[in-house]
Amino acid sequence: MSNRAENGAPLLEVRDLVVHHGQLRALSGISLTVCPGEVYALIGANGAGKSTLLRTIAGLHHPTSGSVTYDGKDVTGLRPEKRASAGIVMVPEGRRLFPSLSLEENLKVGASYARKGPWDISRVYELFPWMKERRTQKTAQMSGGEQQSVAIGRALVANPRMLLLDELSLGLAPVIVQRIYAMLPQVLSSGITVLLVEQDVSQALRVATRLQCLLEGRTMLEGTPAEVTREQVEAAYFGVTDGSHA
Amino acid sequence: MQWVNAIIQGLLTGGLYALFACGLSLMFGVMKVVNLAHGDLATVAGYIGVGIIAISHMPVLWSIPVVVLLMAVLGYVMQRSILQAAITRGELTTLIVTFGLSIIIENGLQQFFKADSRGLGVGDSFITASFSIGSQITIAWFNLAVFVLAVVVLLGLQQFMSATRYGRLIRAVADDREAAQLSGADYRHVFGIAAAIAFGTVAIAGMCDGMITTISPTIGTDTILLFAFASVVIGGLGSLWGTLLGGVILGVAQAIGGQINPSWEQLAGYAVFLVVLVVRPEGLTSKGATA
Repeated sequence: MSNRAENGAPLLEVRDLVVHHGQLRALSGISLTVCPGEVYALIGANGAGKSTLLRTIAGLHHPTSGSVTYDGKDVTGLRPEKRASAGIVMVPEGRRLFPSLSLEENLKVGASYARKGPWDISRVYELFPWMKERRTQKTAQMSGGEQQSVAIGRALVANPRMLLLDELSLGLAPVIVQRIYAMLPQVLSSGITVLLVEQDVSQALRVATRLQCLLEGRTMLEGTPAEVTREQVEAAYFGVTDGSHA
Repeated sequence: MQWVNAIIQGLLTGGLYALFACGLSLMFGVMKVVNLAHGDLATVAGYIGVGIIAISHMPVLWSIPVVVLLMAVLGYVMQRSILQAAITRGELTTLIVTFGLSIIIENGLQQFFKADSRGLGVGDSFITASFSIGSQITIAWFNLAVFVLAVVVLLGLQQFMSATRYGRLIRAVADDREAAQLSGADYRHVFGIAAAIAFGTVAIAGMCDGMITTISPTIGTDTILLFAFASVVIGGLGSLWGTLLGGVILGVAQAIGGQINPSWEQLAGYAVFLVVLVVRPEGLTSKGATA
């Protein structure tokens, strides 16, 4: 905890975020702080509010109350496209590629409003070498893992500072998930900070430098993977309270 | 030979129909807006042309780019204001809003220009000039020019959609608005550009129509909108070349119908339209590369 401050000011700060889907309260006062260089993982069961939190940070949901601060500026009222060009870029759940566009066109759309930075289409082809010779193909014919890689590439070419990854492992075989997460070190070394949502807890614990566990829109547990025990994570995940984290 | 002549005339008319239709198809493909005022926009363009020529005495052909530009700007502004507001409120609202727009335009035109029909005189020498193939087939140069213009416009549009940044963004937004936002694209701006193109193309069509025949305040819904719809449905939504095919089939059907019996002209066109709707409701061409 103490050495977080050495990384300088937080890149992303979420404070007391309350989000409703119609009548339903999806998030009840979530706070989180992501510092530069971190891999911050949000874990939790289905319906815990992880994706809602990520989508709110990306600007796709409007919070009822609370604030989102990015790079020292309040972005709570900013439209999603403005956040993207400011450097908060999300890989959405379910990939959401453009089916009538080719692989390369998908990447070009991602680069349309890019910030200046180390990532461009050719660097994405270096990260995922298979892409280059299939760049003219439509992405609908590709496998789930390949599509996920394209979605990551589309986000990277925008040169994010804050990369939001929503359920990368969804619907993919474990071996494919491993392969996709293998890109993470290269992403981090290019100076990108990562906030990810992951249902696969052991995967999240492997890559995260910090994590938060949500349950029914509330924070159950927060810390570094080293600080939390397996039992605490289980208790937070399923909502079995043992008193200390209630 | 009469039949060959009818088919050729119908084919040439089909080019104009495709010009009427491509903007309608584009706006539906990208914004999911069924623009019931689409035909009236062609009429508006024609009347703007009439006005500009009356005031500035510029040659009719020169007025075309001016009108197209004005209509494109109008398209962007209307999309960013009224149409965007309607889209935000739901797809059915866009039907009501564009229907209302159509009524307002037609009544406004009748108020200002009366119900008389007007032509955009290009000069008799040009509009009546023709050449003959054999004794039965006579092709008006101007009709041929409009057909060629239609093909050129569609080619240009195709090229724009597949090879430019904004063309790509239009297709991306048509596919997934939210994902495009996540890539930094303001979909409302992209919608505006698509509307500008749609208004611009229908303006070309309206001006051409005013030169070939005449325009009057109500032809927008009486004929243009219906022909445009029929062309899109016959050809298949989402494909520019489908729209051209649809326009040509409609034009040829009308010409053949008219050849059999002059009062069957319209009937034949709609008969083909109905047959396609029943047999192949998705249109003759399947979903193509463009929205």
